[in-house]
Amino acid sequence: MKIAEQLFLFLVFPGLLFSATMGLFVGWIDRKLTARLQWRAGPPWYQNFVDFIKLALYKETLVPHGAPKIIFLGMPIVGLAAATLVSTLVLVSNVKPHSGFIGDLIVVVYLLLIPPLSLIIGAFSSGNSFASLGASREMKLMLSYELPFILALAVPIMKSGSAIRLGEIILYQQSNGTLIASFSGAISFFAMLLCVQAKLGFIPFDIPEAETEIIAGPYIEYSGKALAILKLTKSILMFVVPILLVTLYFGGLAFSAAGIVKTILSYLFILILMIVIKNTNPRVRIDQALRFFWTVITLLAVISVIFAYLGY
Amino acid sequence: MKAKPVIPIGPYHPLQEEPEFWKLVVDGETVVDVDVRIGYNHRGIEKISESKSFDQSIFIVERICGICSSSHPIACVQAIEDLAGIEVPERALYIRTITQELERIHSHMLWLGLAGHFLGYNTVFMWGWKYREPICDIMEMVTGNRQNYAMHKVGGVRRDIEKEHVSYILTRLDEFLKQLDILKGAVLDDPVLHTRLEGIGILTKEAAIEYSALGPTARASGYDIDVRRDHPYGVYDKVKWNVITQEKGDVFAKAVVRILEMYESARIIRQCLDRLPDGPIDSKPKEIPPGEGIGVAEAPRGEVFHYVKSDGTNSPVRHKIRAPTYMNFPTFRETVIGETVSDATIILAAIDPCYCCTERMIVVDDSNKELFRAQELVRLSQEKTARIRERFRMKQ
Repeated sequence: MKIAEQLFLFLVFPGLLFSATMGLFVGWIDRKLTARLQWRAGPPWYQNFVDFIKLALYKETLVPHGAPKIIFLGMPIVGLAAATLVSTLVLVSNVKPHSGFIGDLIVVVYLLLIPPLSLIIGAFSSGNSFASLGASREMKLMLSYELPFILALAVPIMKSGSAIRLGEIILYQQSNGTLIASFSGAISFFAMLLCVQAKLGFIPFDIPEAETEIIAGPYIEYSGKALAILKLTKSILMFVVPILLVTLYFGGLAFSAAGIVKTILSYLFILILMIVIKNTNPRVRIDQALRFFWTVITLLAVISVIFAYLGY
Repeated sequence: MKAKPVIPIGPYHPLQEEPEFWKLVVDGETVVDVDVRIGYNHRGIEKISESKSFDQSIFIVERICGICSSSHPIACVQAIEDLAGIEVPERALYIRTITQELERIHSHMLWLGLAGHFLGYNTVFMWGWKYREPICDIMEMVTGNRQNYAMHKVGGVRRDIEKEHVSYILTRLDEFLKQLDILKGAVLDDPVLHTRLEGIGILTKEAAIEYSALGPTARASGYDIDVRRDHPYGVYDKVKWNVITQEKGDVFAKAVVRILEMYESARIIRQCLDRLPDGPIDSKPKEIPPGEGIGVAEAPRGEVFHYVKSDGTNSPVRHKIRAPTYMNFPTFRETVIGETVSDATIILAAIDPCYCCTERMIVVDDSNKELFRAQELVRLSQEKTARIRERFRMKQ
């Protein structure tokens, strides 16, 4: 019975099925808003679903010559599983803040690393020079944003009494007000937002994909079902990462009438902020991204940690 | 010695939607050597032109390039007028100048958008191309076409600018300039663009002179050349305008030169419309005598050169064309080597390359040995198709 319940959580709600649907829908918000910002009409709301069905059902899945089939096709599935697990963990903690286990935030951070890592392995296995260039860029990008990401993450943990538990952070904010309202929380949120921008591969940090430079980099050899899974992983992350930010800084998801409105508003605020940043910046170079994250953003994160320590 | 890895840009690459092949030899992400191969799309325009009459050859050269479809015909008709000694009415010269400058604005705007796209800045791409619309509308009003204007003929122009059109042109031009101000601010004051574009792909003034760079590419390096001022045609010597130069020679300087040139072009158009004299627009020449003629024009990318030789019949016996991109290509050896792959793409795009102008026939000369005949190429192609078919049959 327990296993059936867990499987339901993972596969249907709030796991794979729910987050995939929401992810594809959020992907539409991104596309539509981007289109409106660029004076285009933009696609209808079901466009991402149609794209997914087309790739998954009608397109051929090709494996390049000399690529190890299991690794090449298996890695997207590993990434999808990790992304789904993140979304399950975060959403379950939001619904039932008292459930969860000590250190689930650390698990989330680790799981968030798996999709890019699996993409890197898959890309290297394809043997394409553009893919390996993209994979090495992805690796450098990971190195650059992980440090400030974890530093910024320390602020919610310190504020909520050093319990490394998502539920604890939500409960703390329910009694003490949201973290974004505090000084250290606001700085930490800003640093986090830019790290997340890189994590999701949005402009200005879409360096690994860089369509006009290295032709979508790691994705270049993927097609059909494997590409559909990779796109789905990206959509799920795009859905769940703003929720993670809402959880950490905006007091989590609330389910009362006023709470739902507030939740949706803060979610949309983060999402739209990310999309606007994405559309008002050119792509930076990988060394510039590294320098930016290791100096400016790391400094910001350190400052926020110091203020959190001082109690602001 | 280990062979260095090669990053191929082209023949099919999302950077440029035209068949062109750059071989970037890389060491990690740094480009250590660059080679270019052209000739994927050779159409033999010079030869076609030699089999057509003079009027038809203008129609042909207009189709060399969709963007410079005013510069090539102007250079061509000037070559023919030069060889026949034809006088062109004043009003026609003014109209030619106006179309030239409109073309320059629309081409620079197009480049600005594309440059944004190459940097992943798609908002600039879309906005740039939307802001270009008023110019295309004016073009339609003046010439009847948004592209491939069919405006120029030997001895004059085909279409007149009506009096009632002038106010429309001026309003749309004002509208465009307002939008250009916004875009100029967005591009030139963006700190991320500065860090991305400044100091990369530097072409020094000496190198620009040595490689005979042309147009904005040369002017951004402080090499002060412009056909419009140095060998005036049209009415460029009768209106007030400045040649824009920048000193640094990097990609950012090239962008600045193009943006500021658009303002100069607008200035020229305004003055031309102001002073547009009355009179005929076509001197209707009848005969083209034997002789040689040269025509040059400043296309948006640099100097376009046409040479026409006639033997007294109604078609040229030799028609030589040199487009500016052909001269700007070699500068890549100076600008791209030593930069990273991420910068290489925008540096390649910074000269505003126009491939169809540059296409040349490639001769594979293997010590006079015949390599393939058409029959053999067909056989090779059929064999390959059979192999592919076999491979897929085995998979299923």
